[in-house]
Amino acid sequence: MATDTLDPRSWLSPTPRGLYCKPGDFYIDPAVAVARAVITHGHGDHARPGHRAALATPETLAIMRARFEGMPDTSQQPLKYGESIRIGEVEVQLVPAGHILGSAQIVLEYRGQRIVVSGDYKRRPDATCPPFEPVPCDVFVTEATFALPVFHHPSDMGEIGKLLRSVATFPDHTHLVGVYALGKCQRVVKLLRAAGWDRRIWLHGSLLALCKLYQEQGVDLGDIAHVGDAVLETFKGAIVLCPPSALTDRWSRRFAEPIPAVCSGWMSVRARARQSGAELPLVISDHADWAELVQTLQDVGAPKVWVTHGREEALVHHARSMGIDAEALHLSGRDEEDG
Amino acid sequence: MQAFAALLDSLSYQPARNAKLRLIETYLRETPDPDRGWALAALTDGLDFPTAKPALLRGFGEDKIGPVLFHLSYDYVGDLAETLALIWETDPSAGPAPTLGEVVDTLQGATKMETPALLKRWLGTLDATGRWALLKLLTGALRVGVSARLAKQAAANIGNQPVDEVEEVWHGLTPPYRPLFDWLLADGPRPSTNAGGAFLPPMLANPIERAELEALDPAHYRAEWKWDGIRVQVAATGGVKRLYSRAGEDISAAFPDIVDAIDFDGVFDGELLVRRDETVAPFNDLQQRLNRKLVTPKMLQEHPAHVRLYDVLWLEGEDLRGLPFDQRRGRLEAWMAQKPRPRFDLSPLVVFTDWAHLGRLREQMTSDGIEGLMLKRSDSLYLAGRPKGPWFKWKRDPKLADCVLMYAQRGHGKRSSFYSDYTFGCWREGDDGGAGGRQLLPVGKAYFGFTDQELRWLDKWVRDHTTNRFGPVREVAPELVLEVAFDGISRSTRHKSGLAMRFPRINRIRTDKPAAEADTVDNLLRLVALSTDG
Repeated sequence: MATDTLDPRSWLSPTPRGLYCKPGDFYIDPAVAVARAVITHGHGDHARPGHRAALATPETLAIMRARFEGMPDTSQQPLKYGESIRIGEVEVQLVPAGHILGSAQIVLEYRGQRIVVSGDYKRRPDATCPPFEPVPCDVFVTEATFALPVFHHPSDMGEIGKLLRSVATFPDHTHLVGVYALGKCQRVVKLLRAAGWDRRIWLHGSLLALCKLYQEQGVDLGDIAHVGDAVLETFKGAIVLCPPSALTDRWSRRFAEPIPAVCSGWMSVRARARQSGAELPLVISDHADWAELVQTLQDVGAPKVWVTHGREEALVHHARSMGIDAEALHLSGRDEEDG
Repeated sequence: MQAFAALLDSLSYQPARNAKLRLIETYLRETPDPDRGWALAALTDGLDFPTAKPALLRGFGEDKIGPVLFHLSYDYVGDLAETLALIWETDPSAGPAPTLGEVVDTLQGATKMETPALLKRWLGTLDATGRWALLKLLTGALRVGVSARLAKQAAANIGNQPVDEVEEVWHGLTPPYRPLFDWLLADGPRPSTNAGGAFLPPMLANPIERAELEALDPAHYRAEWKWDGIRVQVAATGGVKRLYSRAGEDISAAFPDIVDAIDFDGVFDGELLVRRDETVAPFNDLQQRLNRKLVTPKMLQEHPAHVRLYDVLWLEGEDLRGLPFDQRRGRLEAWMAQKPRPRFDLSPLVVFTDWAHLGRLREQMTSDGIEGLMLKRSDSLYLAGRPKGPWFKWKRDPKLADCVLMYAQRGHGKRSSFYSDYTFGCWREGDDGGAGGRQLLPVGKAYFGFTDQELRWLDKWVRDHTTNRFGPVREVAPELVLEVAFDGISRSTRHKSGLAMRFPRINRIRTDKPAAEADTVDNLLRLVALSTDG
């Protein structure tokens, strides 16, 4: 597959608007509205409104419609996992990234050279989306959200066990669990179900729409209900999911003696956990930890690696020590808030 | 070790005092000796491991993942013990995790050469939380929000004893405190007290206002000035000489001038002051001497310490705490009269006829070295803790300043959804003296003084007037005037305004006052000048 003479930067390069594929004339996860966009997944720092045309998995397009008022002005092209399409002179394929529902790696082939743009990914099982599939390639573009050796995400069931033990120990309190609305919320619901929690799970109003969408996409979340529909007494011993920002918001005052928990990969670092206000930090992440990142570089076997958003410096350093030609690719508009 | 690690882990995320107490109590009840005793020692800062130092840990980290990755990691995490705990891996073949007692016993007997191998083996047997706890224990700074006093309170609670009973026996004990747990949990004898410089829990006073005094008979009370220093206990028994803070912290090392001047046997209550040629220096001067491990000769010479005695608890082998105040006072005066006692003097009684007279004396006393008056019942026995009735503190009226709210920070625990910590400032005129160059400089921070209702109002005001956010801190439009009460003010090089307030609190919310009419920094500086002259 490798063509030694072709410089990959000549056909895929970072620009202020995002990663641009010249022979296909499209951007990947652009930071601003463009004519043609290919989207890895539905998180706000990757999927933005206003593109004239967008290509993504059907699930990602459904998420974007739910977030961006139906996107009537965007021409939408769904592409299922494993199917290929030719855009200009480039062959494009979407492969599961294991990050959230609909998340995909974008596999690009041009003149015999293959670049994989992984978007955000993880290697752990997740009941809400198919697992990451390593694709051998010439250039691998990787995220680096948790790219430090201090990040080792423990088993997610172990973390859910901590939550359930706390609920059993403090039956008179409400457990308020901070989760990101897209992906983390639904994964945590599924983990709770897998751990045997059959009772109703209460949701902050801002989590409802995406949970409904997941249900429509065939993800069974069991008995979920909106906090706003209930009277106060029912929250004793209950598990209530909300966005992390709501933990310290006035909204949280309706619960008697709530115990704030936060589900995020950042929770393994104490200063970050305390900053979030969590009394019960749960390390549940939708991103690869250090070992998964390193394993993935080995699995795809790419001689060249471009590292985007996160702690690029450490991963670039380590990849070079593995004999990989690695460099940081500075893309604007990425944030780390969906850890 | 895992139970201790779980305890530290829970404590570090638990902001509420009572919940912290319950966690420690459960641990002390359920953990056998000697582990619980070592844990109590760790929580009260009573352990030291001289062979395990930060440089050793840094070396471990660099060897493990290389200096570049280690420093990037340390830089991100910000805590050496935690960084190492996170990058180390659990080794399933390393065997069972050590108990806390095993760690302490082994390390205290280990040489500097043996320590690294021991540590590495233990790190492999533990999970990340266990490693963090082990490394925190060894490097000495637990930082889990537990004071020595709180840990002792938890120990007292498991034996249904007042915390002062534990304080009283504490200084006669050494880790792992088996006699203490035998006494608290197993009907063992109360450990003996006051052997060798033990701390005796002090008697504390309740605040009182002018109006409440009318219910008291002035003839039953003795008055003393309330000095603006630090309440201390001079404990010299069994040949051991110690200086303790009011909370029982041994501060002898910071005050060798006082300790060296002790040539007697007894336990005294008094005020620690810095004193130059008969004049008491401002509190700020005393602060220079506090929290220091080493005192330089220059510091000793420029900031000489002094103790002004006002009570005697124990004298030449005799416990005087069961005597009434007047008798103790008589013993103290007679003892002081025996010979000159450099670095010690007697706090005089303030003679008065009735409350109105005492009130006038209180008004006339303008020295900044005096915070108000102490009132002690003539027949009061010396009782540990804060008994209701016998002792009162009648503080001077606070100073007031109108300040402008600048920043608000979210509180902790019950206040975590409220902006409850307020930084406020005063105006500094521009260099040209014109109003255009005026600038607000922070002069203090306060997080109490307001009612719950006012807190809700302030919280909403902050949210509605936010101009900038920095994590948990919000900057607000400089529009709200807060009347701030404080007990004293001094110059400070640590603050941009050059001022430091003592005990500031929010007295009133002045929605009626335009921010432009708030006080200036110069106004406050004049208060400093007044109080130092007085």
